[in-house]
Amino acid sequence: MNALTTMMLLPVIGSILVAVIPSDQVLRIKQAALGTTLLVAISGVLAWIKFDSSNTALQFVESAKWIPSFGINYAVGVDGLAIVLILMSVLLAPIVVLAGWNESEGGRWSPKVFYILLLVLETMMIGVFAASDVFLFYVFFEAMLIPVYFLIGGFGTGERAAAAVKFLLYSLFGGLLMLASIIGLYVISGANGGHTFDITRLSELHMHMSSMTQNLLFLGFFIAFAIKAPLWPLHTWLPDAAAASTPGTSVLLLGVLDKVGTFGMIRFCLALFPDASKTFTPMILVLAVISIIYGAFLAIGARDIKRLIAYTSISHFGFITMGIFAMTSQGMSGATLYMFNHGFSTAALFLVAGWMQSRRGSSTIADFGGLQRVTPVMAWTFFIAGMSSLALPGLSSFVSEFLVLVGTYTRYPVAAVIATFGIVLAALYILIPVQKALHGPTTPGNENLSDLNLREKIAIAPVIAIIVALGFYPSPLLNVINPASAHVLEVQGFTDPVPSESAGK
Amino acid sequence: MNFTAPVLNYALLAPMLIVLAGALVGVLIEAFAPRASRHNSQLFVTIASLVIALSALLRVRKQVSVSAAMGSITFDGAGVLFQASILVIAILSVFLIADQENFTALPAAVPGSDEERHSLQTDMRVTEVYPLTLFAVAGMLLFPLSSDLITLFVALEMLSLPLYLMAGLSRRRRLLSQEAALKYFLLGAFSSAFFLFGVAYLYGYSGSITFSGIQASIVGGSGNDVFLLLGIAFISVGLLFKVGAVPFHAWSPDVYQGAPTAITGFMAAATKVAAFGAILRIFYVAFANAEWQWKPALILISIVTMVFGSVVAISQRDVKRMLAYSSIAHAGFLLAGVIALSKSGLEASIFYLFAYGIATVGAFGIVTLVRDSAGEVTDLNRWSGLGKRSPLIASAFAFFLLAFAGIPLTSGFIGKFSIFSAAYESGSTAVLIAGVLSSAIAAFFYIRVIVLMFFKDPVEDGTSVVIPSGLTTTTIAVTSVITLVLGIYPAPLINFIASSAFFIR
Repeated sequence: MNALTTMMLLPVIGSILVAVIPSDQVLRIKQAALGTTLLVAISGVLAWIKFDSSNTALQFVESAKWIPSFGINYAVGVDGLAIVLILMSVLLAPIVVLAGWNESEGGRWSPKVFYILLLVLETMMIGVFAASDVFLFYVFFEAMLIPVYFLIGGFGTGERAAAAVKFLLYSLFGGLLMLASIIGLYVISGANGGHTFDITRLSELHMHMSSMTQNLLFLGFFIAFAIKAPLWPLHTWLPDAAAASTPGTSVLLLGVLDKVGTFGMIRFCLALFPDASKTFTPMILVLAVISIIYGAFLAIGARDIKRLIAYTSISHFGFITMGIFAMTSQGMSGATLYMFNHGFSTAALFLVAGWMQSRRGSSTIADFGGLQRVTPVMAWTFFIAGMSSLALPGLSSFVSEFLVLVGTYTRYPVAAVIATFGIVLAALYILIPVQKALHGPTTPGNENLSDLNLREKIAIAPVIAIIVALGFYPSPLLNVINPASAHVLEVQGFTDPVPSESAGK
Repeated sequence: MNFTAPVLNYALLAPMLIVLAGALVGVLIEAFAPRASRHNSQLFVTIASLVIALSALLRVRKQVSVSAAMGSITFDGAGVLFQASILVIAILSVFLIADQENFTALPAAVPGSDEERHSLQTDMRVTEVYPLTLFAVAGMLLFPLSSDLITLFVALEMLSLPLYLMAGLSRRRRLLSQEAALKYFLLGAFSSAFFLFGVAYLYGYSGSITFSGIQASIVGGSGNDVFLLLGIAFISVGLLFKVGAVPFHAWSPDVYQGAPTAITGFMAAATKVAAFGAILRIFYVAFANAEWQWKPALILISIVTMVFGSVVAISQRDVKRMLAYSSIAHAGFLLAGVIALSKSGLEASIFYLFAYGIATVGAFGIVTLVRDSAGEVTDLNRWSGLGKRSPLIASAFAFFLLAFAGIPLTSGFIGKFSIFSAAYESGSTAVLIAGVLSSAIAAFFYIRVIVLMFFKDPVEDGTSVVIPSGLTTTTIAVTSVITLVLGIYPAPLINFIASSAFFIR
C-alpha cells in the first residue's frame, strides 16, 4: 500500500481504537494514542529514508478517482519539501502526546475526545502536505480547522472559547477566499483542456490567464496562506490561540498548521501563478520584513511566556516568507529548513513553557526567577530551545536563518539588511526572559518546583537532540530539500542572480 | 364544438395521484374512524402513500414525455429528480410530524378558551395534519413538472393552502403560531395575485400559456417586450416569494418561528425544492432566450439575498429565526444556479437542493428535541451547554450547522463548490465573490451556536433534551448519514444527477 495513504490511515484506525476503549480507562486511551503516533512516526521515517532525493518528480504517488464529474481525484505524492514537512509533523505528534500526558485531563470533555481529535488532526496534517490535487488539499486545509477548534476551545485555558472562535473565523475567511480562487482555477482549466485539479496540470495554466486574473487568483491563495502563516497584519489570532491552547495543541498549531501557510505559498502561489508571484514580491517582502521586526518587538514586550513564543513565531514566519519570495535556491532551501527547525525549537519552547506553567500555576514571566537552581534540567532545556530560537550557531536554526539571509541578500539586499536587525532583536526577546526566569536569585513561590520527571525528559530529549544534531550536520535534510527547491524555481523560470557557492553544507 | 377527452399518461402521473389518493383516504379516516385509532392509521396511510409514490416514480424514471397530461405536465429527468427529492424529504419530515407533542389538540378552538382547556384536559388528538401534508406534497410534486402557467398556478395554490393551515397548528404559543399562519396567508395571497398578473401579461405577450409557446414567442421576437418584461417580473415575484428571496422574504422568519417545528422543517426543505424546481424549469425552458432581460435583475436579487440573509442572521437570538435567515441566505446561493443557466448549473442546483433539504430536516428535527416543561426552547441563550447535557444531539446539530456553512466533508461544501463554480463558469464573477464573502459572514453565526453549545456552561433553567422517539431518531440519523456521505463520497449521486438532469421543451 502507498506509504502516504498508510500514514494517513493509521491515525484514523487509532482514533477508532481510542473511541472504542471505555472512557474510564484513561491510561489505555493514552497508550493507544501514543502507540499510534509512534507507529506513524516510524512509517514517516521509513518513507523519508526511501525517498529518492535525486528524483525531482513527485514520489509515493497514488491517484484514485473521487468525484470524476468535477475532475477531482484522491491524489497524493510528495516532493522533497513536502516529505520534510511530513517528517516534522509525524515526529512532533508522539512528542506532543508524551509531553502532554496529563493535559487532556482538566478539559471540558474526557481525555478520549482529546485523543480522537488529535489523531484525526494528524491524518489531516499528513494529508494537507501530501495532497497533489488542489481540491483534496483544500478539503484537508479546511477540515483540519475543526479538530483544532475543539482542541483549543475544549481543552485550553483562560479565554479559550474566544480564542478558538477567533482562530476559526480568521482561517475560514482565508479559506473561503481560497475557495473562490480554486473555483476560478477550475473554470479556467475547464476552458483549457478539461476540468482538473491536478497540481501539475494546473501549473501550466498560467499561460492562459490574463495578468489581472492571475493576480486576483494569486491573492485568494496568498491571503489564505498569509492568515495561516501568519503574516503581519493578519497575525492577531495567533497569540490568543497560542496562549489559550494546551502546550501540545500550541506545538501542533504553530509547529505544523502554520507551516501549511508557508508550504502553500511554495506549492501553490509560486507554482500556479509565477507571474503574479513576481508582481507581488516587493509587497510581500515588505510584509515579511515588517513581520520580522514587529513580531520581535511584540515579543520583547510580552509578559506572558506563551504569548512571547507566539510573537517570536510571527517574526520567524517573516523570515520564512522572505526566504520563499526571494526566489533564490538558497532562500527557498533555507525557508524549508527553517520550517522544519522552527517546528522543533517552538515545540521545545512551548513544551517547557507548559511544564513551567503547570508547576507554577502561572505563565507570566515575572512570576518565575532562578529556576536554574531549583529545576536545572528544565532550565537548561528552555535555554537550549531559546538559543535555537535566536539562531545561535551550532544549533539548527542558525543554518536555516543564514541561508534565508544569504538567499535574500543576493536579490533583495535592503530587505535582508533590515531583516538582520531581527536577529539582534531575537537576542533581546530570548535573553530577557531567560535572564528573568532562569537566572538570578530564586524568587518566592519558585523554591519548591519539581524538575522534569522521566516521562518529560524522554519527550524533550529527541527534540533537543534534533536541534543540536541538525545544527552541526544539516545535510541529511538539505540533501532532500536542495534538489526540490531548485526544481521549484527552475520549473517557474527563476534563476539565482549571481552564481554563488553552495552554502550551508 | 367538439370536446376531446384528455389523454393522460397514468404511469407518469402515478406518484402525484397516489399521494392525492392517500390524502383523500386521510380525510375519510378523519371523518369516520374512531378518534383513538386515527393517529396510527393516518401515519400508516401517509408513509405508505409516500413510499408507494416514490417507488412508482422510480419505475418510470427513465421515461420522458411532454404530454403526460395534454402538454400541461412535462415529465423529464430533472422533474424525476425534483419529485424524488421532495418525496424523500417528505418521508423524513413525516417522521418528525408523527411526534404529536408539537401540535395543538384542537386547532379550531380559540386560544385561551374553555374549549381549548377542555381539549387539553381530555388529551384530544386531532390528526388533520397528515392529509394536509399529503395535499401539500401533491402540490409540490406537480409544481416543478408544470409546463404551462395555469397548471403552475394551480400547483402553487395546492402546495400553499395546506401550508398556511399547517403553520397555525402549533400546540404552544398558539397566538404566535396563528399570527404566523395569517401573515403567511395574506402575503402568500398577495404574491399569488402578482403571479396571476404576470400570467396575464405573458399571455398577452405570446398568446400562449405554455412554456414552449412563450419560448417560441421570445425566439420569434415579434411580441411587445414591455409585456414580456412585466410578465417575467411579476411571475418572478410570485415564485421568489415562495423561496424567501429578498425583498420577498419578510414572512419567512415569523412563519419559521411560529409554525410547529416539524412543519417548519418540512416547509423549509420541501417547499424550497419544489419552488426552485419550478423556477429552474420556467427560467431554463420558457425564459432562457430572454436571459439579457432577467439575468441582471436576478443577479442583483441573488447577491442581495445572500448578503442580507447572512448579515441579519447574526443578530438573531432564536434558533428558528436564525435558521430562517440562514435559509434566506441559501436561497441566494441557490439563485446562483438559476443564473448559471447551464447544465452544470442545473445539476449543481439539484444537488444543492437535495443536500440542503436533508440537512434542514435534520436540523429542525433536533430543534424539536430541546424542550422545557412549557415546550420547545428556541431561545439560543438557553441552548448553552447543550453539548454537556447531550453530546450526541449537540454534535449532530453542530454537524448540520457546519454543513450549512459549507465546511469540507459535509454535503454543503460539495453543493457550494458546484453551484458557485457553475455560476462563475457562466460569467457571474460578482455572484461568486458575493457568495464567498457571505459564506464567511454566515460562518460566524453558525459557529456562534457551536460555541454556545460546547464552550458555555449549561444554564439550570429546566431546559433539557428529551429522549427522541424512534421515528425522530431515524430522521436525525438518516439525515446525518446522508449529509456525511454526500460530503465524503458524493460521486454516485453527482453521476446520477448528471445522467438525468435535463429539461425537455
